[in-house]
Amino acid sequence: MNQSLWIAKTGLDAQQTKMSVISNNLANASTTGFKRTRAVFEDLLYQNQRQVGAQSSQETLYPTGLMIGTGVRTVATEKLFSQGAMSQTQNPLDVGIDGKGFLQVVLPDGNIAYTRDGGLQVDSQGALVTSSGYAIQPNITIPSDAMSITIGTDGTVSVRQPGQANTTQVGSLQLVDFVNPAGLQPMGSNLYIESSASGAPQTGTPGVNGLGTVMQGFVEGSNVNVVEELVSMIETQRAYEMNSKAIATSDQMLQFVNNNL
Amino acid sequence: MSELLGTVMAGARQVMKAQAINANNLANASTDGFRAELVHISSLEDINGLSSTPDLAEGMVRTTGNPLDISINGEGWIAVQAPDGSEGYTRRGDLRVDAFGQITNGAGQIVLGEGGPIALPPFQNIEIGTDGTVSIQPQGQDITTRVVIDRIKLALPDERLMGRGNDGILRLARGAIADPDATVKLQTGTLEGSNVNAVGEMLKMMDLARQFEAQVQLMNSAEENSSSLASVLRMNG
Repeated sequence: MNQSLWIAKTGLDAQQTKMSVISNNLANASTTGFKRTRAVFEDLLYQNQRQVGAQSSQETLYPTGLMIGTGVRTVATEKLFSQGAMSQTQNPLDVGIDGKGFLQVVLPDGNIAYTRDGGLQVDSQGALVTSSGYAIQPNITIPSDAMSITIGTDGTVSVRQPGQANTTQVGSLQLVDFVNPAGLQPMGSNLYIESSASGAPQTGTPGVNGLGTVMQGFVEGSNVNVVEELVSMIETQRAYEMNSKAIATSDQMLQFVNNNL
Repeated sequence: MSELLGTVMAGARQVMKAQAINANNLANASTDGFRAELVHISSLEDINGLSSTPDLAEGMVRTTGNPLDISINGEGWIAVQAPDGSEGYTRRGDLRVDAFGQITNGAGQIVLGEGGPIALPPFQNIEIGTDGTVSIQPQGQDITTRVVIDRIKLALPDERLMGRGNDGILRLARGAIADPDATVKLQTGTLEGSNVNAVGEMLKMMDLARQFEAQVQLMNSAEENSSSLASVLRMNG
């Protein structure tokens, strides 16, 4: 009936999605290891109503055409993996990843997921787990009589036991990196899973081959910049209003026809 | 009488088309790198009186700090491969590396280097220079090793010959390809937004709505004219 109505509707949809993304970023402004998301827009197809350069007569060409676009769509919501701020906690089981890389955890269904949330815990069996209770891969078991735990920047985990002068190495944390981390699929609970867009995981020792180092006693905060999100929120709200104004105007045009003919 | 109706009906239809183009501009007011479509009305009755051209003016640049976000400083365009394999030009600079190691922009268009798409081997970090040079520190190498992979094709195509395809990508007329131009300069960590002038588009929208009402009002008058003519004829008959 009136194309503008539907075109403006795509604008409303897109701005609505952007608003959801911003709200989620703001809600996670203090979630450990959270990475902010950005909504990516793209214009839709165009209807070529008159081809530019078509013959207007045998000798002449139309210098301009007529292209009617059909709106906008959200093509992706992209995770931005910039470093979050490191805050010191003094907790020996908190590890922050300084640089690229993810910790591997085993999900209850046996699949592997990846996380940057290094707030680790020890479960009843002594295994190193995330705060959701998922075991870190490769498995590391802390002896029950451990007096102190030291995690080196290269991920080496060592403990000191009573009656021993030297520390004992009980395992080491490994990090995993991807060609395209933005292609990882976020699954909530600070976890990501591999997708065909992320590429295959490449496991390595922290600090080697471009992987980040592990910092004991620190946690990585969220990388959400609250001010930036608030500015985008204002922008989104205004863009939403403009599109709803376009719908109202198209509606008035149709109303005018109904009332006056 | 029917001639008047036909004329104003064509006019109302043209205004609705112009309104659709306007609505598309507003819907893309926050699409990175989007170029607005400008409507030109020379005559409302003539089917060819309405035309549109892409507005190639620059959009606003904002700082993101993301190393793969680039914007062009001043004149120039980034060459991309359209889904049909042809070469298009964009100022959209939200770049990323896909799973195959190719550089694409946010709309999924493959960014072209000097000899086609840019394929990156596994790397530790990536840097894009102001002239578009893409350099990486390959995986497993130390910080002193920098490898230049390619240079993003930046061009200065003749903007008078640029037109939009049905996929929204700007191309040169008749499949022409622009040469790389060394004078085009990039800025990293910034993104160029849409060039839609929101206030201008809102004003145009109101203006078009009034024009539409005028056309409908004329339809009304045409109807009144014909009914009064009918009544005059009846009295005389």
